[in-house]
Amino acid sequence: MKLLYFAWLRAKIGTAEEELALPSQVRDVNGLLQWLKSRGPGYADALKDLSTVRVAVNQDYVGPEHVIHDGDEVAIFPPVTGG
Amino acid sequence: MIKVQREDFDVGAELDKLAKGNPRIGGIASFIGLVRDMGGADRVEALTLEHYPGMTDKKLAEIEAEANRRWPLDASLIIHRYGRLEPGDRIVLVATASPHREAALAACHFLIDWLKTDAPFWKSEETPQGERWVAARSEDDEATQRWKKR
Repeated sequence: MKLLYFAWLRAKIGTAEEELALPSQVRDVNGLLQWLKSRGPGYADALKDLSTVRVAVNQDYVGPEHVIHDGDEVAIFPPVTGG
Repeated sequence: MIKVQREDFDVGAELDKLAKGNPRIGGIASFIGLVRDMGGADRVEALTLEHYPGMTDKKLAEIEAEANRRWPLDASLIIHRYGRLEPGDRIVLVATASPHREAALAACHFLIDWLKTDAPFWKSEETPQGERWVAARSEDDEATQRWKKR
């Protein structure tokens, strides 16, 4: 699974991109976010308020129940501010 | 047409190109977004736009296709810049062309509202107090919601 982080989530986590094996206990987006929180203080801080976190899988917005597969491109970022 | 680029664009030349060779087009509506500095406590010296390459193009193409489903457009264009920009610099151009003004104006409004809440761009501002990430505005979500009800 390829993980991408943008904006202040990237800054807090400390990396823009990483390749991780999907843990067997992680089923969906919510499970992934909970697991990521346990990976270190930067992750815990970035993901402490999930109301300010958006997730896209394979470049489409998804909700917390979306099922994750190994090989997915998962992007995690704050609400967008373009235009 | 979608363009995501670092470089500035020439509004007049882009609008000319949009209508060129199509005599059916009776009007072009456009919106140009600029880097704003409100001054005082909210002084902005520059901003940097970050985006998610790949998803940006995909979302903008979807938004453009949706506008073309809803209104009879003869041409449409979205140019969005990324990188470091200063107050007064152009950020975005949305332009729509149609035989009649109603479709062009409505589609242009729709595109900029929808783009603001769906296209994966993020702004970071340089201020006298340091850098800060721009927070999303609930007014922008409400503006997009209005179009979803229709």
